[in-house]
Amino acid sequence: MSYPSLIAETVTFTGHNGDRGEAYYARPTRAEKFPGIVVVHHLPGWDEWIIEVARKFAHHGFAATCPHLYFRNGPGSPDDVGARVRASGGVPDDQVVGDVAGGMAFLRAQPNANGKVGIIGFCSGGRHAYLCACRIDHVDAVVDCWGGNVIVDDKSQLNVKRPVAPIDLTENLRAPLLGLFGNDDQNPAPEQVNRTEAVLRRLGKDYEFHRYPDAGHAFFNTKRTAFRAEQAADGWAKIFAFLRKHLAA
Amino acid sequence: MCSYIIEKTAVSGSAKGPNGWMRIDTANVYFDHPYHAPLDHALAIDFVCEADGAKERVAVELSAESARALVKNILAALASGEAAHVR
Repeated sequence: MSYPSLIAETVTFTGHNGDRGEAYYARPTRAEKFPGIVVVHHLPGWDEWIIEVARKFAHHGFAATCPHLYFRNGPGSPDDVGARVRASGGVPDDQVVGDVAGGMAFLRAQPNANGKVGIIGFCSGGRHAYLCACRIDHVDAVVDCWGGNVIVDDKSQLNVKRPVAPIDLTENLRAPLLGLFGNDDQNPAPEQVNRTEAVLRRLGKDYEFHRYPDAGHAFFNTKRTAFRAEQAADGWAKIFAFLRKHLAA
Repeated sequence: MCSYIIEKTAVSGSAKGPNGWMRIDTANVYFDHPYHAPLDHALAIDFVCEADGAKERVAVELSAESARALVKNILAALASGEAAHVR
Protein backbone atom coordinates (compact mmCIF):
# COMPACT_ATOMS: atom_id res chain seq x y z
CA MET A 1 0.00 0.00 0.00
CA SER A 2 1.30 3.48 -0.66
CA TYR A 3 0.10 7.03 -0.33
CA PRO A 4 0.06 9.40 -3.32
CA SER A 5 3.10 11.56 -3.75
CA LEU A 6 2.44 15.31 -3.39
CA ILE A 7 4.26 18.54 -3.83
CA ALA A 8 3.35 21.69 -1.90
CA GLU A 9 5.09 25.03 -2.21
CA THR A 10 4.68 28.80 -2.21
CA VAL A 11 4.31 30.25 -5.68
CA THR A 12 3.62 33.65 -7.18
CA PHE A 13 0.22 34.36 -8.66
CA THR A 14 -1.29 37.37 -10.40
CA GLY A 15 -4.29 38.79 -8.62
CA HIS A 16 -6.48 41.85 -8.63
CA ASN A 17 -5.14 44.83 -10.62
CA GLY A 18 -2.33 42.62 -11.91
CA ASP A 19 -0.74 42.66 -8.43
CA ARG A 20 1.61 39.74 -7.86
CA GLY A 21 1.51 37.95 -4.54
CA GLU A 22 2.12 34.63 -2.91
CA ALA A 23 -0.12 31.56 -2.99
CA TYR A 24 0.25 28.07 -1.58
CA TYR A 25 0.01 25.44 -4.30
CA ALA A 26 -0.37 21.75 -3.49
CA ARG A 27 -1.01 18.95 -5.99
CA PRO A 28 -0.31 15.27 -6.68
CA THR A 29 2.92 14.63 -8.57
CA ARG A 30 1.64 11.83 -10.79
CA ALA A 31 1.26 12.55 -14.51
CA GLU A 32 -2.51 12.98 -14.72
CA LYS A 33 -5.05 15.77 -15.06
CA PHE A 34 -6.64 17.01 -11.85
CA PRO A 35 -9.63 19.16 -10.94
CA GLY A 36 -8.61 22.53 -9.50
CA ILE A 37 -9.78 24.11 -6.25
CA VAL A 38 -9.10 27.61 -4.96
CA VAL A 39 -9.07 27.60 -1.16
CA VAL A 40 -10.14 30.94 0.33
CA HIS A 41 -8.75 31.53 3.82
CA HIS A 42 -10.62 32.77 6.86
CA LEU A 43 -10.55 36.20 8.51
CA PRO A 44 -7.56 35.46 10.81
CA GLY A 45 -5.42 34.97 7.72
CA TRP A 46 -3.23 32.71 5.60
CA ASP A 47 -2.29 30.39 8.43
CA GLU A 48 -1.03 26.89 9.05
CA TRP A 49 -4.50 25.36 9.19
CA ILE A 50 -5.52 26.65 5.77
CA ILE A 51 -2.38 25.37 4.04
CA GLU A 52 -3.03 22.00 5.68
CA VAL A 53 -6.42 22.15 3.94
CA ALA A 54 -4.65 22.73 0.61
CA ARG A 55 -2.45 19.68 1.22
CA LYS A 56 -5.54 17.64 2.16
CA PHE A 57 -7.07 18.48 -1.20
CA ALA A 58 -3.86 17.42 -2.96
CA HIS A 59 -3.88 14.14 -1.05
CA HIS A 60 -7.41 13.57 -2.34
CA GLY A 61 -6.49 14.19 -5.99
CA PHE A 62 -7.01 17.92 -6.51
CA ALA A 63 -4.69 20.70 -7.60
CA ALA A 64 -5.27 23.23 -4.83
CA THR A 65 -4.12 26.79 -4.50
CA CYS A 66 -4.64 29.08 -1.53
CA PRO A 67 -3.87 32.70 -2.44
CA HIS A 68 -2.67 34.92 0.39
CA LEU A 69 -5.44 37.52 0.34
CA TYR A 70 -3.48 39.76 2.73
CA PHE A 71 -0.21 39.84 0.75
CA ARG A 72 -0.53 43.59 0.28
CA ASN A 73 -0.84 44.23 4.04
CA GLY A 74 2.72 44.30 5.22
CA PRO A 75 5.21 41.98 6.87
CA GLY A 76 4.88 39.63 9.77
CA SER A 77 3.61 36.25 10.83
CA PRO A 78 0.13 35.22 9.63
CA ASP A 79 -1.49 36.25 12.91
CA ASP A 80 0.27 39.64 12.93
CA VAL A 81 -0.81 40.35 9.34
CA GLY A 82 -4.33 39.11 10.12
CA ALA A 83 -4.54 41.44 13.11
CA ARG A 84 -3.42 44.36 10.95
CA VAL A 85 -6.09 43.58 8.36
CA ARG A 86 -8.74 43.18 11.06
CA ALA A 87 -7.83 46.60 12.48
CA SER A 88 -8.21 48.17 9.06
CA GLY A 89 -11.69 46.68 8.56
CA GLY A 90 -10.73 43.85 6.25
CA VAL A 91 -9.86 43.66 2.56
CA PRO A 92 -12.16 44.99 -0.21
CA ASP A 93 -14.53 42.55 -1.87
CA ASP A 94 -13.43 43.68 -5.35
CA GLN A 95 -9.85 42.84 -4.45
CA VAL A 96 -10.78 39.37 -3.15
CA VAL A 97 -12.80 38.65 -6.29
CA GLY A 98 -9.81 39.66 -8.41
CA ASP A 99 -7.41 37.56 -6.35
CA VAL A 100 -9.64 34.47 -6.45
CA ALA A 101 -10.10 34.89 -10.20
CA GLY A 102 -6.31 35.06 -10.40
CA GLY A 103 -6.04 31.83 -8.43
CA MET A 104 -8.48 30.16 -10.81
CA ALA A 105 -6.52 31.36 -13.83
CA PHE A 106 -3.32 30.06 -12.25
CA LEU A 107 -4.82 26.57 -11.88
CA ARG A 108 -6.26 26.52 -15.40
CA ALA A 109 -2.85 27.47 -16.81
CA GLN A 110 -1.10 24.48 -15.25
CA PRO A 111 -0.31 21.45 -17.45
CA ASN A 112 -2.07 19.17 -14.91
CA ALA A 113 -5.42 20.99 -15.20
CA ASN A 114 -8.48 18.96 -16.20
CA GLY A 115 -10.27 22.22 -17.09
CA LYS A 116 -12.63 22.34 -14.10
CA VAL A 117 -12.04 24.68 -11.15
CA GLY A 118 -14.05 25.18 -7.98
CA ILE A 119 -13.85 27.51 -4.99
CA ILE A 120 -14.06 26.60 -1.31
CA GLY A 121 -13.96 29.08 1.57
CA PHE A 122 -14.16 28.95 5.35
CA CYS A 123 -15.60 31.63 7.65
CA SER A 124 -15.17 34.98 5.86
CA GLY A 125 -13.75 32.80 3.09
CA GLY A 126 -17.14 31.09 2.85
CA ARG A 127 -18.76 34.47 2.29
CA HIS A 128 -16.04 35.29 -0.26
CA ALA A 129 -16.63 31.95 -2.03
CA TYR A 130 -20.35 32.70 -2.32
CA LEU A 131 -19.59 36.22 -3.54
CA CYS A 132 -17.00 35.05 -6.08
CA ALA A 133 -19.37 32.41 -7.48
CA CYS A 134 -21.86 35.22 -8.14
CA ARG A 135 -19.30 37.49 -9.79
CA ILE A 136 -16.74 35.31 -11.60
CA ASP A 137 -17.50 33.42 -14.82
CA HIS A 138 -16.82 29.70 -15.26
CA VAL A 139 -16.82 28.66 -11.61
CA ASP A 140 -17.59 24.94 -11.82
CA ALA A 141 -18.53 24.38 -8.15
CA VAL A 142 -18.52 26.40 -4.93
CA VAL A 143 -18.42 25.36 -1.27
CA ASP A 144 -19.40 27.79 1.48
CA CYS A 145 -18.25 26.60 4.92
CA TRP A 146 -20.09 28.67 7.56
CA GLY A 147 -19.69 32.00 5.76
CA GLY A 148 -21.21 34.74 7.88
CA ASN A 149 -22.62 38.02 6.56
CA VAL A 150 -23.92 36.54 3.31
CA ILE A 151 -27.12 38.13 4.61
CA VAL A 152 -26.68 41.64 6.06
CA ASP A 153 -29.66 42.82 8.08
CA ASP A 154 -27.99 45.91 9.55
CA LYS A 155 -27.35 47.97 6.42
CA SER A 156 -24.97 50.22 8.37
CA GLN A 157 -22.56 47.27 8.20
CA LEU A 158 -22.23 47.75 4.44
CA ASN A 159 -19.28 49.97 3.62
CA VAL A 160 -16.92 50.92 0.81
CA LYS A 161 -15.01 47.63 1.20
CA ARG A 162 -18.13 45.44 1.40
CA PRO A 163 -20.81 47.51 -0.33
CA VAL A 164 -23.19 44.69 -1.29
CA ALA A 165 -24.53 41.75 0.70
CA PRO A 166 -23.70 38.58 -1.27
CA ILE A 167 -27.31 37.37 -0.90
CA ASP A 168 -28.36 40.25 -3.17
CA LEU A 169 -26.18 38.83 -5.97
CA THR A 170 -27.61 35.28 -5.80
CA GLU A 171 -29.44 35.69 -9.10
CA ASN A 172 -26.00 35.67 -10.79
CA LEU A 173 -24.91 32.40 -9.14
CA ARG A 174 -24.30 29.88 -11.90
CA ALA A 175 -22.24 27.27 -10.06
CA PRO A 176 -23.64 24.40 -8.00
CA LEU A 177 -23.29 25.34 -4.32
CA LEU A 178 -22.59 23.21 -1.25
CA GLY A 179 -23.08 24.88 2.14
CA LEU A 180 -22.00 23.44 5.50
CA PHE A 181 -23.12 25.07 8.76
CA GLY A 182 -23.05 24.40 12.48
CA ASN A 183 -26.38 24.85 14.25
CA ASP A 184 -24.67 26.50 17.25
CA ASP A 185 -23.03 29.15 15.06
CA GLN A 186 -24.14 32.77 15.57
CA ASN A 187 -22.76 34.10 12.30
CA PRO A 188 -24.33 32.68 10.28
CA ALA A 189 -27.13 31.84 12.68
CA PRO A 190 -29.49 28.98 11.69
CA GLU A 191 -32.24 31.47 10.88
CA GLN A 192 -29.92 33.25 8.42
CA VAL A 193 -28.94 29.94 6.81
CA ASN A 194 -32.65 29.18 6.39
CA ARG A 195 -33.21 32.56 4.73
CA THR A 196 -30.27 32.03 2.39
CA GLU A 197 -31.69 28.65 1.43
CA ALA A 198 -35.09 30.20 0.77
CA VAL A 199 -33.51 32.64 -1.69
CA LEU A 200 -31.62 29.84 -3.46
CA ARG A 201 -34.80 27.79 -3.73
CA ARG A 202 -36.85 30.72 -5.00
CA LEU A 203 -34.27 31.44 -7.71
CA GLY A 204 -34.07 27.78 -8.74
CA LYS A 205 -30.36 27.43 -7.93
CA ASP A 206 -28.49 24.10 -7.81
CA TYR A 207 -27.50 23.78 -4.16
CA GLU A 208 -27.32 21.48 -1.17
CA PHE A 209 -27.06 22.62 2.47
CA HIS A 210 -26.05 20.51 5.45
CA ARG A 211 -26.53 21.65 9.02
CA TYR A 212 -24.69 19.99 11.89
CA PRO A 213 -26.01 19.73 15.46
CA ASP A 214 -23.62 20.30 18.38
CA ALA A 215 -21.28 22.25 16.12
CA GLY A 216 -20.57 25.97 16.00
CA HIS A 217 -18.36 28.21 13.92
CA ALA A 218 -15.21 26.69 12.41
CA PHE A 219 -15.99 23.14 13.51
CA PHE A 220 -13.47 21.75 10.98
CA ASN A 221 -10.59 23.64 12.58
CA THR A 222 -8.40 21.14 14.41
CA LYS A 223 -6.48 23.99 16.04
CA ARG A 224 -9.52 25.38 17.84
CA THR A 225 -11.73 24.31 20.74
CA ALA A 226 -14.57 24.47 18.18
CA PHE A 227 -13.32 21.34 16.43
CA ARG A 228 -15.93 18.58 16.22
CA ALA A 229 -14.39 15.36 14.91
CA GLU A 230 -17.52 13.47 13.84
CA GLN A 231 -19.19 16.43 12.18
CA ALA A 232 -15.95 17.44 10.43
CA ALA A 233 -15.39 13.92 9.09
CA ASP A 234 -18.90 13.88 7.65
CA GLY A 235 -18.46 17.39 6.24
CA TRP A 236 -15.23 16.50 4.48
CA ALA A 237 -16.82 13.41 2.95
CA LYS A 238 -19.65 15.57 1.60
CA ILE A 239 -17.18 18.11 0.20
CA PHE A 240 -15.17 15.52 -1.68
CA ALA A 241 -18.28 13.78 -3.05
CA PHE A 242 -19.71 17.12 -4.23
CA LEU A 243 -16.48 18.31 -5.84
CA ARG A 244 -15.71 14.97 -7.48
CA LYS A 245 -19.18 15.05 -9.04
CA HIS A 246 -18.98 18.63 -10.33
CA LEU A 247 -15.29 18.94 -11.17
CA ALA A 248 -14.88 15.70 -13.13
CA ALA A 249 -13.46 16.32 -16.60
CA MET B 1 -18.24 34.14 14.96
CA CYS B 2 -15.56 36.12 13.13
CA SER B 3 -16.11 39.83 12.72
CA TYR B 4 -14.30 43.09 12.11
CA ILE B 5 -15.77 44.67 15.25
CA ILE B 6 -12.97 46.46 17.06
CA GLU B 7 -12.90 49.00 19.88
CA LYS B 8 -10.04 51.18 18.75
CA THR B 9 -8.54 53.12 21.68
CA ALA B 10 -6.01 55.91 21.45
CA VAL B 11 -3.34 55.28 24.07
CA SER B 12 -0.08 56.92 25.06
CA GLY B 13 2.81 54.82 26.30
CA SER B 14 5.20 51.98 25.47
CA ALA B 15 5.10 48.22 25.09
CA LYS B 16 7.79 45.59 24.96
CA GLY B 17 7.48 43.70 21.67
CA PRO B 18 9.51 41.08 19.81
CA ASN B 19 12.25 43.66 19.07
CA GLY B 20 12.32 45.39 22.45
CA TRP B 21 10.51 48.47 23.70
CA MET B 22 8.34 50.40 21.26
CA ARG B 23 6.09 53.43 21.40
CA ILE B 24 2.39 52.63 21.14
CA ASP B 25 -0.46 54.95 20.23
CA THR B 26 -3.38 52.52 19.78
CA ALA B 27 -4.92 49.56 21.55
CA ASN B 28 -7.24 47.51 19.30
CA VAL B 29 -9.64 45.58 21.53
CA TYR B 30 -11.97 42.87 20.25
CA PHE B 31 -13.79 39.75 21.38
CA ASP B 32 -13.50 36.98 18.82
CA HIS B 33 -11.93 33.59 18.13
CA PRO B 34 -8.39 33.62 19.48
CA TYR B 35 -5.27 32.61 17.59
CA HIS B 36 -3.39 30.94 20.45
CA ALA B 37 -5.42 30.83 23.68
CA PRO B 38 -7.37 27.56 24.02
CA LEU B 39 -10.72 29.34 24.20
CA ASP B 40 -13.71 29.51 21.89
CA HIS B 41 -13.70 33.31 22.20
CA ALA B 42 -11.16 35.61 23.81
CA LEU B 43 -10.80 39.27 24.64
CA ALA B 44 -7.88 40.27 22.45
CA ILE B 45 -5.83 43.41 22.82
CA ASP B 46 -3.29 44.44 20.17
CA PHE B 47 -1.01 47.28 21.21
CA VAL B 48 0.39 48.99 18.09
CA CYS B 49 1.90 52.22 16.87
CA GLU B 50 -0.28 53.27 13.96
CA ALA B 51 1.90 56.32 13.37
CA ASP B 52 4.67 53.85 12.41
CA GLY B 53 2.33 51.76 10.24
CA ALA B 54 1.56 49.16 12.93
CA LYS B 55 4.62 47.17 11.81
CA GLU B 56 4.63 45.11 14.98
CA ARG B 57 2.29 44.52 17.87
CA VAL B 58 2.16 43.31 21.42
CA ALA B 59 -0.84 40.97 21.60
CA VAL B 60 -2.73 39.34 24.45
CA GLU B 61 -5.71 36.98 24.41
CA LEU B 62 -7.74 36.62 27.63
CA SER B 63 -10.83 34.80 28.72
CA ALA B 64 -13.81 37.11 29.26
CA GLU B 65 -13.65 36.44 33.00
CA SER B 66 -9.98 37.32 33.29
CA ALA B 67 -10.45 40.41 31.10
CA ARG B 68 -13.12 41.68 33.51
CA ALA B 69 -10.84 40.94 36.48
CA LEU B 70 -8.06 42.84 34.73
CA VAL B 71 -10.28 45.87 34.14
CA LYS B 72 -11.13 45.91 37.83
CA ASN B 73 -7.47 45.63 38.86
CA ILE B 74 -6.33 48.27 36.39
CA LEU B 75 -8.72 50.71 38.04
CA ALA B 76 -7.65 49.58 41.53
CA ALA B 77 -3.95 50.01 40.69
CA LEU B 78 -4.62 53.49 39.35
CA ALA B 79 -6.60 54.47 42.43
CA SER B 80 -4.01 53.28 44.92
CA GLY B 81 -1.02 54.30 42.82
CA GLU B 82 -2.23 57.84 42.19
CA ALA B 83 -3.08 58.21 45.88
CA ALA B 84 0.46 57.16 46.81
CA HIS B 85 2.43 58.93 44.13
CA VAL B 86 0.51 61.89 42.80
CA ARG B 87 0.50 64.97 44.93
